[in-house]
Amino acid sequence: MSILVLADHHDGQLAGTTAHVVAAAQEIAKAGGGDIDVLVAGEGVSAIADAAAKLDGVSRVRVADNAVYAHQLAEPLGALLVELADGYSHVLASASTTGKNVMPRLAALKDVSQLSDIIAVEGIDTFCRPIYAGNAIATVKSDDALKVMTVRSTAFDAVASAGSAGIESVDTVVDNTQSTFLKEELAESDRPELGAAKVVISGGRGMGNGENFKLLDGIADKLGAAIGASRAAVDAGYAHNDMQVGQTGKIVAPDLYIAVGISGAIQHLAGMKDSKVIVAINQDEEAPIFQVADYGLVGDLFEVLPELESKL
Amino acid sequence: MKVLVAVKRVIDYNVKIRVKPDHSDVDLTNVKMAMNPFCEIAVEEAVRLKEKGVASEVVAVTVGPKAAQEQLRTAMALGADRAIHVQTDDKVESLAVAKLLKGVIDEEQPGLVILGKQAIDTDNNQTGQMLAALAGLPQGTFASEVDVQGEKVAVTREIDGGLQSVELSLPAIVTTDLRLNEPRYAKLPDIMKAKKKPLDVKTPEDYGVATASKVSLVKVEAPAERKGGVKVGSVDELVDKLKNEAKVL
Repeated sequence: MSILVLADHHDGQLAGTTAHVVAAAQEIAKAGGGDIDVLVAGEGVSAIADAAAKLDGVSRVRVADNAVYAHQLAEPLGALLVELADGYSHVLASASTTGKNVMPRLAALKDVSQLSDIIAVEGIDTFCRPIYAGNAIATVKSDDALKVMTVRSTAFDAVASAGSAGIESVDTVVDNTQSTFLKEELAESDRPELGAAKVVISGGRGMGNGENFKLLDGIADKLGAAIGASRAAVDAGYAHNDMQVGQTGKIVAPDLYIAVGISGAIQHLAGMKDSKVIVAINQDEEAPIFQVADYGLVGDLFEVLPELESKL
Repeated sequence: MKVLVAVKRVIDYNVKIRVKPDHSDVDLTNVKMAMNPFCEIAVEEAVRLKEKGVASEVVAVTVGPKAAQEQLRTAMALGADRAIHVQTDDKVESLAVAKLLKGVIDEEQPGLVILGKQAIDTDNNQTGQMLAALAGLPQGTFASEVDVQGEKVAVTREIDGGLQSVELSLPAIVTTDLRLNEPRYAKLPDIMKAKKKPLDVKTPEDYGVATASKVSLVKVEAPAERKGGVKVGSVDELVDKLKNEAKVL
């Protein structure tokens, strides 16, 4: 039995998360699973398939290139996965909004459970996943014949891109009369992707307003960092929702995470506490963020940020 | 149009959980329970649809132990007209919940079903999507805007890169994200009135659903604790530590 990985992609490019999901698939393969196939579904995705074929450990890339799969809507993509799942023991996707949207449909239609957001492979049928906002780690064993899972990409190191898998096209075309794509409004940024950045600097409610988020720009420029936000800052309208780091936003694990004006609610910590080094800048010395920070600086962020920028 | 809204009883989001000493599960004895925050948003959205004249009736449903009727009463205090309680003391996973909700859909024939995108206990983010697949319905997950127009609903979805808008034929399944609305608080007279609203009690057997799962919990552990580090006195010291001690600059 082999393993199928659903490739994540947007804007005509393979998403970096896919290489992490393939790494999880490799661990399952080492535990006794079979070959690893990658499915690329979309419209006009040949370049994405080429990129997927280079991922180490991949045996075969299957490409479903059809207008019905454009924008990876859940209904047709789920139906395609159901068609293709026979013959696989495991189907994996990144715990991205695409993976979370479609994988439960596959699981339900195959009458199996889904394991969400796995962070470790303990064996061919046993996996670890965070529950309660990461305040507990559950080890779960699935006796389902087909294991459908989403993978927390930050928990697995990406595979390299030195392979050369074969590419095959999939002719399966499904109907979709139920859902129509209307539009997408994507945040445009020259900065690295939040989930993949080596350095992340995030602002919280302490930033005071959206305008003040610009104080993070100069530091982010110097460090090549992505900019994030706490839920409080997003709810207050200081930052866009796609910048939210936390239990229900993005999960990040950069080498360096700088939390500015963030108190450190459980829900925020759930999204960043696996960062290698955490720096907290907050004027409230009792703020819970200091309990997880490697380096804490108590001070007024409006004084600290410009000084930090000038000294980097 | 009838709107069905599913709610879940979970640990209150402010409570810090403890793992049982034998690592068999999380310890929920004497812990404050509440309606899952995303479900509150779902109830609010359904009630707003009724206030706008889009929905004719709001029916709240939950799957869980007897105590989960508290959350149904809360939903009715917030504006749901009646409630259905699928009562079971078993641990019911997303797939079984979706099967039970599919049974409720078959009986109730709602035009729209609204659920929270995930429960803050298991953090699964599955039930709405599973329900949509089982019921053969389209889904608008992680919604930040829901606009019902005749036989269709336009849903703005929060996706990783920004926002995506899709149009779905009705009936449809919607799961809520945080910014869909800000739930109201129940007023005391409404809490009193909710006690008299109809609440039907059912069992999984009524829907012919077996709640057993093939996924078993091997153990539950507390995550590796992060040790708090040091406080630095100045920006200079911070930069020095990051360069020379942590070596991340």
